[in-house]
Amino acid sequence: MTRGLAVEAIDLVKRFGDVVAVDGVSFSIPEGSVLGLLGPNGAGKTTMVRMLTTLSLPTSGTGRVAGHDVVTEPDAVRRSMGLTGQVATVDELLTGRENIRLIGRLYGLPKGYLREASDRLLEQFSLTEAADRMAKTYSGGMRRRLDLAVSLVAAPPVLFLDEPTTGLDPRSRAELWEVLQRLVAEGTTLLLTTQYLEEADHLADRIVVMDKGKVIASGTPTELKAQAGRASVVVTVSYAEDLDKATDLLRSSSPEVYVDRTSRRLTAQASGLSDMTNIAVIFAESEIAVDDLGLQRPSLDDVFLHLTGHRAETETSEPGQRQPEEVLR
Amino acid sequence: MTITREIHRPPVESRSLLQQSMTVVWRNLLHIRRMPEMLLDVTIQPVMFVLLFAYVFGGAIDVRGGVSYREFLLPGIMAQTMVFSSAVVAMGLTNDLQKGIVDRLKSLPISRSSVLVGRSISSLIHSSIGIVVMGLTGLAVGWRIREGLLNASLAYLLLLLFGFSMIWLGIWVGSLMRSVEAVQGFMFTVMFPLTFVANTFAPTEAMPSWLRFIAEWNPVTALTASLRELWGNDGGLAPPATSQWPLHHPVIASIAWSIIFTAVFAPLALAAFKRRSQD
Repeated sequence: MTRGLAVEAIDLVKRFGDVVAVDGVSFSIPEGSVLGLLGPNGAGKTTMVRMLTTLSLPTSGTGRVAGHDVVTEPDAVRRSMGLTGQVATVDELLTGRENIRLIGRLYGLPKGYLREASDRLLEQFSLTEAADRMAKTYSGGMRRRLDLAVSLVAAPPVLFLDEPTTGLDPRSRAELWEVLQRLVAEGTTLLLTTQYLEEADHLADRIVVMDKGKVIASGTPTELKAQAGRASVVVTVSYAEDLDKATDLLRSSSPEVYVDRTSRRLTAQASGLSDMTNIAVIFAESEIAVDDLGLQRPSLDDVFLHLTGHRAETETSEPGQRQPEEVLR
Repeated sequence: MTITREIHRPPVESRSLLQQSMTVVWRNLLHIRRMPEMLLDVTIQPVMFVLLFAYVFGGAIDVRGGVSYREFLLPGIMAQTMVFSSAVVAMGLTNDLQKGIVDRLKSLPISRSSVLVGRSISSLIHSSIGIVVMGLTGLAVGWRIREGLLNASLAYLLLLLFGFSMIWLGIWVGSLMRSVEAVQGFMFTVMFPLTFVANTFAPTEAMPSWLRFIAEWNPVTALTASLRELWGNDGGLAPPATSQWPLHHPVIASIAWSIIFTAVFAPLALAAFKRRSQD
């Protein structure tokens, strides 16, 4: 047995009437790795997750989870995966512990194991103190953690997370990231959808970018960033009167220099760290006072802009109401 | 083996549809325990109905055969409560669909019908609580079961059978509607005429002839009439000769109506639920 593919999507299509939500998407996730499905609202990410988790039948194409076909072997698929949906689907009137027990009992976990597993999960997700309180008293972050704990009760080798951190404050988000990284370290395969480029960058081994039901790019975060252009060195001079002198200095090492007079900031194309070091040395030797000097790599935001011609929206809006920002190139 | 990290999978026991459904029932009953006000519709409300009708309208309504109005009333209110069980199912189901609970359950390796079976069983339990509460209230105001144990039990069985058929209507409506408020609005608009244009609260003889025709063919009338017959709350009198067929054969008619309801609404309900929860 070799390390296989935990998830495979082969030319998956989903139509709702005239609307094509997913239009021939293919990707695969090797066991134990993390795929980030990135895209704005209405890109088809949730529909992909719903098809791969047997909640929605594909119009055409093939999906496999842990080697099982999502259409012909849905039960085997359900046994090998856990799902945390876009909205935390915890039962508000049940306590945290009861939520875990409900799902564990339905999985058919033996009583003793289930008791032990719920204690362990509650502990692991810092919910022990709140374990016997109704979930409706939980904060957004606690609900998310409980939702994830519930999905993990049967220790599924593949985990689907649909926008796991949407609506969370930065601290809860960081906590959840930590938990996810621990799971991956233990061998879980992860598919997570996100609108946050930073999140995909942070967690995913590979990123698939979707827009309007299609894959528009895929690769490692580094590869995708490379596609968006090279890095640049940004220098902020202390006094506006030094701007021209600084521009000349930069031109000696970089052909393209962009000057923003109001913020006293100069941006020069660079190929990497060594360029930045050179520029730092040049400025140190000159008499120009500098407030800040640093290397700026293109963010995934730049990648998205580059690929789609519009920015990735982070606000929740209905797919139909999307208004792509006008982009000047 | 080249896998270096293997996730430790827990042991899994296979569970039958009934066991899975009972787990769903356990969860639904926990809801009632956490929100006892969910039981208002089968406790305070019917008791209030019994008292209102018995003491406010009771004196003004004439019942044949020297039967007291309270005795006449009880079977009617019991039938009404059973009919309302479809609203209970519908609201519970819509709520679960809306909150994504159904999706969560359907992503598990369980039989998909356990969600519906569990929902049905718990709402039958819910309505049965109402039947017990009303039975006790009835006993307090003078209602009695005057026939043998066999007939009395048959009456309760008919109630459950009818409740079961109404559950399909509830599942159908619950799968079609998008919010609990919509379900509530729709169900109450349908349920009130259905349970009032009948022999539940007043004899049909006094109604205008066109309304009387409708009321006597109303399935709720057949159910109420059979409860009165089987519990001996009809003074032992045969219905007036001018009554429609169901009043002359109430037990057969209520069984028939239950079968027809199930045959019509079960396929509609299953199709709507599948459609709603598959896309």
